[in-house]
Order: sequence, then structure tokens, then C-alpha cells
Amino acid sequence: MQLDDLYRRVIMDHYKTPRNRGKFESGEAVTIDLNNPTCGDKISLQMQVEDGVVKMAKFTGEGCSISLSSASMMTDAVKGKTIEEALKMADGFSGLMKGEPVEFEYEDIEALSGVNKFPARIKCATLAWNALRKGIEHSQKTDN
Amino acid sequence: MNTSEIRELFPILKQEVNGHPLVYLDSAATSQKPIQVIEALKHYYEWDNANVHRGVHTLGSRATDAYEGARAKVAKFIGASSEQEIIFTRGTTTAINIVASSYAKSVLREGDEIVLTPMEHHSNLIPWQQAAKASGATLKYIPLQPDGSISLADVENTITNRTKIVSVVYISNVLGVVNPIKEIAQIAHKHGAKMMVDGAQSTPHMKVDVQDLDCDFYALSGHKMCGPTGIGALYGKKALLENMEPVEFGGEMIDHVDLYESTWKELPWKFEGGTPIIAGAVGLSAAIDFLQEVGMDNIYKHDIQLTNYAMERMTQIEDLVVYGPTANRAGLVTFNLGDVHPHDVATVLDAEGVAVRAGHHCCQPLMRWLEVSSTARASFYLYNTEADIDRLVLALQKTKEYFGHAIG
Ligand SMILES: Cc1ncc(COP(=O)(O)O)c(C=O)c1O
Repeated sequence: MQLDDLYRRVIMDHYKTPRNRGKFESGEAVTIDLNNPTCGDKISLQMQVEDGVVKMAKFTGEGCSISLSSASMMTDAVKGKTIEEALKMADGFSGLMKGEPVEFEYEDIEALSGVNKFPARIKCATLAWNALRKGIEHSQKTDN
Repeated sequence: MNTSEIRELFPILKQEVNGHPLVYLDSAATSQKPIQVIEALKHYYEWDNANVHRGVHTLGSRATDAYEGARAKVAKFIGASSEQEIIFTRGTTTAINIVASSYAKSVLREGDEIVLTPMEHHSNLIPWQQAAKASGATLKYIPLQPDGSISLADVENTITNRTKIVSVVYISNVLGVVNPIKEIAQIAHKHGAKMMVDGAQSTPHMKVDVQDLDCDFYALSGHKMCGPTGIGALYGKKALLENMEPVEFGGEMIDHVDLYESTWKELPWKFEGGTPIIAGAVGLSAAIDFLQEVGMDNIYKHDIQLTNYAMERMTQIEDLVVYGPTANRAGLVTFNLGDVHPHDVATVLDAEGVAVRAGHHCCQPLMRWLEVSSTARASFYLYNTEADIDRLVLALQKTKEYFGHAIG
């Protein structure tokens, strides 16, 4: 078991100085609160979606280094992406957790690929991405 | 108590995990099983397997004897006055649910009170929330002292003549605190309330005497006391159980069945609908034999000694916070290490071969009371040694270093 597979520098960097941490002060935003009932981790994801594009995403929450760094990377990665592109990234991330090689436009994500060797921690890494999927579903519903 | 001889009886402890000899410190979640229990299960399936209370053939009566023999053993183990007071369940959760849905349903009225503590496991919380919702009764909580213990003055102040049920955990699976059950039961009875005890963590570690405690109901889980998963028991005073309606209906629990009406078997079988977990009961019986051979008093002494040793060594680790009282605690230490998330702690410990639990331990309200989202927990049992705790401490120091460097 190679811990360094899990805790890469990049992950620790996102954990220590998370990108997009916080809440929107104004403007329309979809808010998704998700928790992981087995461990108590929580994420509150806010997304501003306009014309099918994720303009900006922010998050708050409590969790381990893996779940928070994943949220930091996810919010950064989907910024400016269309909903379709964001969903494709979410699928790609699921693939990464299964050990599949995936092309990502956001290169830091690669650091999380080691999580697939720690099955107990995969649900930490996917929490933010699950919130993203829910957020997109929600914004599509309200669009119509 | 000879721990090295005891360890020899637990095959699972002889393995390496991630390149290190396993240190198993998660017995509060589930204990490991000695060879006697594993052999008993094997023997049952190889020689005696048959359904109970049905067949007239030899295997049928062997299986029935084994199953009912296990019941007698559980009754004696916890000091019940009769085997009829022992109902086999899947575990503590099912046992509490039987009381909350059957007994509670029949006695609770709007305006009645159910008294709990904020340290209850979800298993001893949600069934009562449901019972309260269904009946219009109110949930009341005995407040906790700053260290997580309970004061009898608070118990006196919380229980009133409107209280119908008091349900409290004997040993908290997070704080490790041993609650004054006997005294709480006295206060409950003074007000005409019934007392239920969540014994999931106490039964494995200490001598339990339900008559001495004078509790009305007591729940236990086999898997936390060296037995198999899927088996546990509910103890209830006979007079109460007799007046309770079954919760599950179907085969095995019936007496006379008509197209439109039926009657139930007598105690305890009216509560055991369907084919029970016979092998589980056989395994639990073997587990009780094993525990009694070692001696419950010896086990308690050993676990307290380990807990004290762990407290002493762990509190010397800088930035490590221990939750719960320093005195009157048994079997486990719940902690956080600086601002390293408990998941990260548990993963680094696991890489060192040390198994601990991380999360909310099915005690979300207690986590909120402690003002944390989750914690790590090291829990001990009769097969653990001071050397295991030394390994834990070493691994915790490595965790600090690792996270220090990785972050820095
Ligand atoms: C205090 C306490 N109560 C209840 C339970 C639930 O036991 P079971 O899952 O065996 O029903 C546990 C086990 O985690 C516990 O520690």
C-alpha cells in the first residue's frame, strides 16, 4: 500500500488551499447539499448555470483531504464548461475511480487517480462529483 | 489472563495487512471470532443442520436442542430468570425495534414521554423517534456533563410521571462511558416508567445481571462478543413480554391458524417468526462458553487496563484530542489528531496495519454535541495487548509526520 499514491502533493495543495471555497453572495445559483451518510462528510455545492453553461461553482463542507481536494478540483474543472461537457467529465471521473485511463482537460485531477487503489476512499472522492450531477439535473429541471 | 494464549485462538489475527502484522482495534464495530466459534458453526452445518421445532427426525431434534440450548445459555449469561425471557433477534437493532414497535405502540399515548440521552447509537434513537411520531409522545434527553457523562441529578430532573420509557446505552460506543444503569432504572421505576438498556457494548466487556440492574428490557449483539453476525437477543421481563403483541407474523410464531383468525405460540417463540438463524445461535452459545472460560471479570479488568494504558500514551501525543470522560470508561478511545481528518488518520494507520474506525459511529447527534463531524476510534478487546497500543501510538506519530510533510 503506497500512501504516496493517495496523498500526492497536488491533493494536499488543493486540500490546504481549496479553490472556489465559499458561497455566492448574490445571483441565482443552484444549491445542492449532499452528505455521505456512512461517514458524516458534507458538501454544499453552488452552481451558477446560464444558457447551458456552468459559469461558476463554489463549495463549502466538511470532509477529509480526498473529498475536499476533489471538490476543489471539480469546481475548478467545470467552470466555463457546458452542461454536456461537465457531465462527460463526471463520467470520466467515475472511470478514473475504476482505474481507467481518462483524458482530462484539468490536469490536477490525475493526482486523484491513485484513489482507485484505496476502495474505502472512493466514495470520498466522488462526493463532489455526485453533487455536480445532481446540480445539473436540478438546473435542467428548472430551465424547462 | 494469558493474552498470548488467547490470541492463538483467533486465526484472523495471524495475518499481515499491508505488509505489517495486523493490529485490530475495531472490536466495538465487530469483534473477531475464536476458533471455538468457527468450529461450532462448521460442526453445526456438517452434522446437525435441520430446521427447528418441526421435524421429528434426529437432525431436527439436534438442531432444536442446539438452538434452545443457546437460549438457555444466553439467559444464564445475563442473569435472566427464565429462558422464556430471551428472544433471539438479528442483533441489538432488531431487539430495540421490537420493544419500540410492540411495547411502545401499546402503551404510548399523546403527551407521554420517552427519555433517552444524546449519546445513543442510532439504533437506540430512531426506533423511539418513530414510536414518538406514531403515538404523539415526546422525546426527552438527559443532558450530558461537559465530559460526556451523565449526572443522576439530571436523570431525576428529566424523568417525570409522564415518562413511560427510559432507554439508555450501558457503555457508549463513542465516549466509552459506563452509565449508571441501575440507578437510572430505579428512578425510572419510581415514576412508573420502564427501563430499556442498549447492551451492545457492555455485554462483551463486563458481567451483566439484568435482575440486579432491574431493567425491563435489555438488548445485545452476538457479533460484538466473539459470536457470529446476524444473531442477538432481547431480554424482557416475562410479565411484559407476555402482554406484548408480536412484531413479525408468519411461520413458526403461530399456535392455531384459521382462514380469518390465528393465535400465537407462547413466549419466546411468538416473537420469532420464520426460520431463525440457528447456526448463529449455536455460534453465540460457543462464544459465551469461550468468554466464560476466560472470565468476564478478567476481560473487564484487561480492557480497563488497556484503555488506561492507551489514554496515558495517547494523551502524550501533541495535538491529539480524546473525547469522553477520563474516569469510568471502558474498552475504547475516541480521538482526533489535530486537524487531520479521521478518514485520513484511518487510512495512514491502515497502511501501517492498524485497523481503527473513522466516522460518526452511528451517533450523529453526539458528534454535533462534541462539535465535530467525525472522529477516529480505537477499541480494545481481550485479544489486544499493550504492544498493539504501542503500534497505534507509533502509527499516529507517523500520521502526524506524514501529514506535516505532505501538507508543508
Ligand atoms: C451502542 C450500540 N448500540 C447498538 C448497536 C447496533 O448493534 P447491531 O448493529 O448489532 O444491531 C451498536 C453497534 O454498532 C452499538 O455500539
